[in-house]
Amino acid sequence: MLAFLLRRVIQAAAVLAVVGLIAFSMFRFAGDPVNQIVGPDTPASERAEIRKSLGLDDSVLVQFARYAGDVVRGRLGISYQFRQPVSQLLAERMPATLELAFCATVFALVVGVLMGVYCALRRESWLAGLFQAVSLIGISLPTFLIGILLIYLFSVTLGWLPSYGRGDTVRLGWWTTGFLTWSGLKALILPSITLGLFQMTLIMRLVRAEMLEVLRTDYIRFARARGLSTRAVHLRHALKNTLVPVITIAGLQLGSVIAFSIITETVFQWPGMGLLFVQAVQNVDIPIMSAYLLLVALIFVTINLVVDILYTVVDPRLRLSTATA
Amino acid sequence: MTETILSVRDLTVTFDTRRGPLTAIDRVSFDIGRGEILGVVGESGAGKSVTGSAVIGLIDRPGRISGGEIRLRGERIDTLSPEAMRRVRGKRIGMIFQDPLTSLDPLFRVGDQIVETLRAHTELSARTARTRAIDLLAEVGIPAPERRIDGYPHEFSGGMRQRVVIALALAAEPELIIADEPTTALDVSVQAQIITLLKRLCREHGTAVMLVTHDMGVIAEAADRVAVMYAGRVAEIGPVAAVIAKPHHPYAVGLMGAIPTLSQEADRLSQIPGSMPRLTAIPQGCAFNPRCPKVFSRCRVERPEPILVGASRVACHLYDVTEKAA
Amino acid sequence: MSGRDIDAGDAPPVPLQAATPGRIARWRDSDLLASFLGSKIAMAALLATVLMVGLAVAAPLISPQNPYDPAQLDLINSNLPPIWQADGQAPFYLGTDDQGRDVLSAVLYGLRLSLIVGVLGVITSGVLGIALGLVAGYAGGALDTLIMRIADVQLTFPAILIALVVDGVARASFGGALDVGPLIGLIVISIGLSFWVQYARTVRSSVMVEKGKDYVQAARLIGLTPPVILVRHVLPNVTGPVFVIATINLALAIITEATLSFLGTGLPETMPSLGTLIRTGNRFLFSGEWWIVAFPGLALAGLVIAINLLGDWLRDALNPKLQ
Repeated sequence: MLAFLLRRVIQAAAVLAVVGLIAFSMFRFAGDPVNQIVGPDTPASERAEIRKSLGLDDSVLVQFARYAGDVVRGRLGISYQFRQPVSQLLAERMPATLELAFCATVFALVVGVLMGVYCALRRESWLAGLFQAVSLIGISLPTFLIGILLIYLFSVTLGWLPSYGRGDTVRLGWWTTGFLTWSGLKALILPSITLGLFQMTLIMRLVRAEMLEVLRTDYIRFARARGLSTRAVHLRHALKNTLVPVITIAGLQLGSVIAFSIITETVFQWPGMGLLFVQAVQNVDIPIMSAYLLLVALIFVTINLVVDILYTVVDPRLRLSTATA
Repeated sequence: MTETILSVRDLTVTFDTRRGPLTAIDRVSFDIGRGEILGVVGESGAGKSVTGSAVIGLIDRPGRISGGEIRLRGERIDTLSPEAMRRVRGKRIGMIFQDPLTSLDPLFRVGDQIVETLRAHTELSARTARTRAIDLLAEVGIPAPERRIDGYPHEFSGGMRQRVVIALALAAEPELIIADEPTTALDVSVQAQIITLLKRLCREHGTAVMLVTHDMGVIAEAADRVAVMYAGRVAEIGPVAAVIAKPHHPYAVGLMGAIPTLSQEADRLSQIPGSMPRLTAIPQGCAFNPRCPKVFSRCRVERPEPILVGASRVACHLYDVTEKAA
Repeated sequence: MSGRDIDAGDAPPVPLQAATPGRIARWRDSDLLASFLGSKIAMAALLATVLMVGLAVAAPLISPQNPYDPAQLDLINSNLPPIWQADGQAPFYLGTDDQGRDVLSAVLYGLRLSLIVGVLGVITSGVLGIALGLVAGYAGGALDTLIMRIADVQLTFPAILIALVVDGVARASFGGALDVGPLIGLIVISIGLSFWVQYARTVRSSVMVEKGKDYVQAARLIGLTPPVILVRHVLPNVTGPVFVIATINLALAIITEATLSFLGTGLPETMPSLGTLIRTGNRFLFSGEWWIVAFPGLALAGLVIAINLLGDWLRDALNPKLQ
């Protein structure tokens, strides 16, 4: 168990190192960092001066080591666009993205699992057919199109919900939250649905397929043959077995919610990290791009680790330390 | 025969497929008495397992019972509501599946699975159910049951898991047990132990057993009577000694010829030429007629009804004396 | 007790009454066609896909206007609603935008661009993935580990993020000002780099299976080199899965391109794909000119849904496990 976790941690560190290398390469080689700081009419001597002061003349290895050291200490460089430290920009934007991702995740998990279970158990019903059709649309339509559609329906036509921004937020230390105001909560609804819809359909399809598979297994047939109530067979045995593999995939998917928020944040002009990243790509703001990439990698790796640990908790077969056979 | 526990008459099971209905079980009839073990043999696809599933009411869609009746102690069970049938399962009919490795829910402790079964059918408290579960595990020969009861299925070996499955099937003291290939997935050395266990338990509890298998060795060892199935029909049914020693139906004859015995010196086992027809292409008349060495014209047009020959009932025109006399 | 098995052995099956059906009859009876004809959805999806591909191919011939040609645009015709509304005017059946550009023509040309980029993207990712899968499976060892590790890492990130990064880095490297041609190439490469993993995994596992088989050893004995053997024997085996992946990925590639364009990092407004049209049209949502965004959106949705339905059906039909 401990060895397993240790191996996972090492793997996670390796992934981070690879992404760090990519981020560093972007930082260092995509475009000339000097050009981003000075104007085109700066004399060559001054350029060389800056080069030296930035440490761009050192060997690549030294530069990478320095970059890694800076990253660990939270020094992510200065944004070309905003002339502000990237770490500060990200910290300002992070609460917006995390709150959005959290709401989208809860929406996706709760609705996705419920719909998936329903579709598996009532395969022939018209409602299951409807869910399937909705899931097809959810999985087919690009996120931005869904966002636009929701805005057109609920903001433009009905005027019920805001179409952009976070509404009023409340400061709690360095964190800003939209959960504590009415307008903040209303502003969360459409972006959360937009962001969560794809994951929701994915989870629904996964739960449905997995549950149908589980319902065909011997132990479910045996559970029926033992005369257990349908409820116990479905909701105790089948559901638990369904959710074990779903946890892994759903968990990994949830990481991508944060990355997918790029699109949703653009549609709803949501002041989060995703919007910052898109603006950085449009304006070739490399420090923000590489820092965002690192941050997303860190989030992914952390989620992966947590999912692995969760998995061993849920599935007794993986709790090797308790094996007595 | 003593009191009849299970009585199956003209049972027909149909699968509704895209290409029309397929008859998997075609007018199958048999009885099982108290404490009796009826072996059901046949090649894979002969309908043995489907018959078992039909009796316990667990035929998967698109299959359905389309004819005949199933009586448990005289009471019809094939027409029960799903909820009433659920109460019969586990309580009055127990079932043992082929693969003990996949029969137990991997995420639940074996004790919890037994307790859950007990409490589904009895009024036992959680505590007494647990005590009873330990007794059951002890009865099926699991060492240190008070400790093993908290183990997960993956911590048991195949043979031990099959013992747990048997304990589960016996939990509510059913009148009938359907054992579907209970030893096929086990090591040869473990097979005998499981069969001995099954025999002993059924004798002690007076449970009737429908033992589905394709292993004639198991039948010879355990069964009192045997039904030979072919293409969804019963070809021959009778006392196990009679059917093995002197089979009548040409298919049963071929089947017995295919069993290796120590006394047999021949290098080759006799084989039945051809293979069993698929459900989509069951021939007219006797289903065995294209492969039968003794086929005659009547076999190709008229389906033979079971005829009493000695102690067995045989579905074959060869034994229709009235016809021959006429 | 020994396991005395009474199965009747490997005797040849009883010949059926009917003679072996011919090739056409076999195709007629095959599950693939039966399942296709049995699925009205699959037929509708195929029809819709073919129709849209046809429209895209014929766009220059059937469009009332060339939307790329500024000379054909007239501000007098700007912001006209679709023909069925009071102010609608022929030949602008689906209305016009603020530049006086015909929405129908723009949609047809956009469809064409979206499809071109999507197909090229799928081909790029397919070739890349198949090649890497063959190499990984055949070479094994460190190279295999390296390729599959990269695949693992990449699979944890959504494709759109990878495409955005590749796109952004390339823009940074080329200074941002690119012609449309290279820009299309850039987007195609972004898509290719985002979607190769699935092909590589499928092909690799198939190579692993085939590598150990006797015929590979036999072919080696008669002097064929292993790469030739693998390409010749492995590729036919994976056509089914690869085709399914490609169909589903075509929808994903089209969405990715549309998303890049929507985010303003894809095709420019002077040569708009469906995504670019939606991006520009989105601005008019609040001022009431809904048709500027609605029709490109509908076209994109229809195209993607049709291709997905086709892919879904194909996957189910080719997967014996589900039958």
